[in-house]
Amino acid sequence: MNWGVLLFPGSNCAEDCFHAIDQVLQKPVKYLWHKDTDLGDVDAIIIPGGFSYGDHLRPGAIAHFSPAMTAVKEFAANGGLVIGICNGFQILTESKMLPGSLMQNRGLKFLCQDQTLKVDNADTPFTSEYKSGDTVVFPIAHNEGNYYAAPETIAEMEANGQILFRYSNPAGLVNDETNPNGSINSIAGIVNRKGNVMGMMPHPERSSDITLGLSDGKGVFVSMLKHLESHQSRN
Amino acid sequence: MSKMKVGMEEKLWIKAGLTDSEYELLTSHMGREPNTVELALYAQMWSEHCGYTHTRPLFKHFLTTGPRIVQGPGENAGIVDIDDDEVITFKLESHNHPSAIAPFQGAATGVGGIIRDILAMGAYPIASLNSLHFGHPGNEGNTRWLISEVIHGIGEYGNCVGVPTVGGEVRFSNAYKGNPLVNAMCVGFMKKSQIKKAIATGVGNSLMIVGNLTGRDGMGGASFASKDLEEENDADRGAIQVGDPFMEKLLIEACLEVFEEDYVVGVQDMGAAGILSSSVETASKAGNGVEIDVALVPKREAKMRPEEVMISESQERMLLIVKKGMEDKVNKIFHKWDLHAVVIGHVTDDGMYRVLEDGKKVGEVPVWSLMDAPTYLLEAEEPAHLKHTLSFRNEDVAVPEDLHAVLIKMLGAPDICSKEWVYRQYDFRVQMNTVVKPGSDAAILRIKGRDKGVGITMDSNGRYCYLNPRRGAQSIVAESARNQVVSGAEPIAITDGLNFGNPEKPEVYYQLEQSILGISEACRALDTPVIGGNASLYNQTPEFGAIYPTPIIGMTGLVKSLKHVTTMEFKQAGDFIVLIGETKAELGASEYLDWIHGLVMGDVPELDLKLERKSQDYILAVIRKGLVQSAHDLGDGGLAVALAESCIAGDLGADISLDLDIRSDALLFGESQTRFMLSATGKSVDSLIQMAAEKGIEAAVIGRVTKNKQIVINNLGSNLININLAECATAFNTGFDKLMKSDR
Repeated sequence: MNWGVLLFPGSNCAEDCFHAIDQVLQKPVKYLWHKDTDLGDVDAIIIPGGFSYGDHLRPGAIAHFSPAMTAVKEFAANGGLVIGICNGFQILTESKMLPGSLMQNRGLKFLCQDQTLKVDNADTPFTSEYKSGDTVVFPIAHNEGNYYAAPETIAEMEANGQILFRYSNPAGLVNDETNPNGSINSIAGIVNRKGNVMGMMPHPERSSDITLGLSDGKGVFVSMLKHLESHQSRN
Repeated sequence: MSKMKVGMEEKLWIKAGLTDSEYELLTSHMGREPNTVELALYAQMWSEHCGYTHTRPLFKHFLTTGPRIVQGPGENAGIVDIDDDEVITFKLESHNHPSAIAPFQGAATGVGGIIRDILAMGAYPIASLNSLHFGHPGNEGNTRWLISEVIHGIGEYGNCVGVPTVGGEVRFSNAYKGNPLVNAMCVGFMKKSQIKKAIATGVGNSLMIVGNLTGRDGMGGASFASKDLEEENDADRGAIQVGDPFMEKLLIEACLEVFEEDYVVGVQDMGAAGILSSSVETASKAGNGVEIDVALVPKREAKMRPEEVMISESQERMLLIVKKGMEDKVNKIFHKWDLHAVVIGHVTDDGMYRVLEDGKKVGEVPVWSLMDAPTYLLEAEEPAHLKHTLSFRNEDVAVPEDLHAVLIKMLGAPDICSKEWVYRQYDFRVQMNTVVKPGSDAAILRIKGRDKGVGITMDSNGRYCYLNPRRGAQSIVAESARNQVVSGAEPIAITDGLNFGNPEKPEVYYQLEQSILGISEACRALDTPVIGGNASLYNQTPEFGAIYPTPIIGMTGLVKSLKHVTTMEFKQAGDFIVLIGETKAELGASEYLDWIHGLVMGDVPELDLKLERKSQDYILAVIRKGLVQSAHDLGDGGLAVALAESCIAGDLGADISLDLDIRSDALLFGESQTRFMLSATGKSVDSLIQMAAEKGIEAAVIGRVTKNKQIVINNLGSNLININLAECATAFNTGFDKLMKSDR
């Protein structure tokens, strides 16, 4: 079960994602370089957070044109698991691998805090370790995390169970007050229609190592791992 | 070259910032008069900012060695040993004048600059902190804008470059109205074997410039920082650099990749006075000469004069001294990161600093002479205000009737209230090492793969140093160390940021000298050597005068096991609350006098450094024994504020009964030194008290943690405070928001 962490110039969470797989999950993981066209033998790809290409133009806008993203699209088209975290989510929306886009936070400021999320759909390869309705704490750290998509797109995503996480309070209440950045329907994380490409603004990797006091996020990677293992054993 | 000579009658050296006697000295060093290029070299290298002309003679007071000190002052940053052949390196640096004029870029480039100092040691930068001082943000003036922009600049740079901003302080006084202070600190981690030095050894080795292009930005920044900040200095706007954190991120990655190979003999970041100072310092250290051709320097502007290229402070550049023959290999790694590494000169054996332009010599002076900036022992005179401020007696102010209201007001005081408004704009978790996040006494970072960590703090108190520079400075070092021990860290060493007014004024020089003595005494008593630092003088404006004398202490400590990590919040109802140390009737210099009574008066509270050391050793010992649930030092706002902070953070109440025969405001808000508040379970509390008795330290159980959310303080049987926790929390948590909201 090989994991790949895609490294762009400016990806400053790549090592954190690497750590989550290598040290917390204790599974094989390697870096994938943005200039590569062949990603080699990987079963899951993490597009980490950070400021790829310095966020020049728009977060994620330049990364989408990198040679590696063409390969990632092909990987996803063949059913491979892809998760984009923070800037990785922005890259996935810019690449149209996920619907919608991420605008500047409504408070117009960068926001770093430990954020409660409510699990909306636990029946996916990214969330099977949770139960729908669970609350979990993942850190957020972003300036452009205000998710938006057209109303008909949102309606479709809601109907298909494509919303995986919403911003909430510790009691699981989801409303405007518990929404840190203005995201439509308090959306924190989504999955594509096919169910194999996921993007979220909060950082599950930062919530994976109990030494730092938070470990709810480990479930995302364990869910992916279990999916891959069951998938592999069926083959 | 005769045409380029500087005529005595024109006194161009005065314009360049040199005095007549300095000019005389440099001509005698050279044996002739300098040309314009050479004059510019001296003007920059002999400025206070590069040459420490006023502060160097005072540094001899500092203790700079110790069992854990691997590298003291003299390199880009000091290094301390944290066991297992691992070290951390840290330093702080001021960016006050740039931040006063262009706060976003000034603060951002301050962060970038100190990160490169750490990188130049060969280390991976693992944490940033900053100490910020502003005027009170009223509706007049530009203070709110300054605050917003500075914080935005720090956040934007630190977040993008991927170094977590984990702590620091934001303090307010109108002493900083015209001249805010922005001091940034960075901490790096590496294995002992990875240490790099700023040295140009090996004749024939190449000087390579890496990173950004060179432009006219930041021209003369070093000398700009070495004079008073005046209105006319808006013309110095060109002296402010522009930051590119994305470039810095790439520079970090590329440099560390190069350092893994055996290509590089020396590294220096390009800070103040750019190519010039970085190359002079490396050559001087090796006793070699260097030759640099300005035409080879990659530039972003046309027609730059040789001296402009030499002193430009364009950001995100480093100087590498590369082994002859390895240049292509270095360039290949930089190319991978879409950066360049360009040979601009080489190391020579003649001890001369030679500047060429297209192969033609345009300047040549002895390397040693550039490093030999004259130093000045200036006249010191006790500031006149001390007679008045020391005349304060507690009786001069009445005990307020409504202590409840005073506590609420204190919790919302700018220096005390929660700074979450600030630190939520900083990514404090990237790199996944942050065990204790901002808002605590010390930030704690773990060292990956080990059960240990480092404590990092940044502290100051300008008011204390204004009222008693010597004891004030001692108190800041002591407080820094208190913040370390209550967090479970053993203090290791400090870096100091000396922010003062114009030292040529005898009263300012007195403050500078006394503060340095105070720091030095406390560091000896607490075994925390000074491993480097920064001086920022001339912090004054014609309108507001000199700033408070503001030495800022950046300290690191070693957490030997992460099990020792301790935080300030109360953990569970029923725990016993223990007060360590003696509470005296001391109101002088307190936040309370300033914020409630509007008085910056009195003397700094007494401080016994021997007792301090003993008490800190005790705190660390009981924490390591696992006897303590929470620990907090008593600082700004005294006992009542510390108690409220522990209650708010833990969302628990407290019921306190004291037995002290001193006036109630001094009891609640006085800032008697060397005090701590611990909480402990019923099982541990007796050992806690017993161990204190054995060590001769005053310790008393003063109450319990309660689950009813009320803070109650009684003294001698009568009630002083009985207040709802939610009311305290609101005052504490919304204080900064209120400060930043315009009433208009």
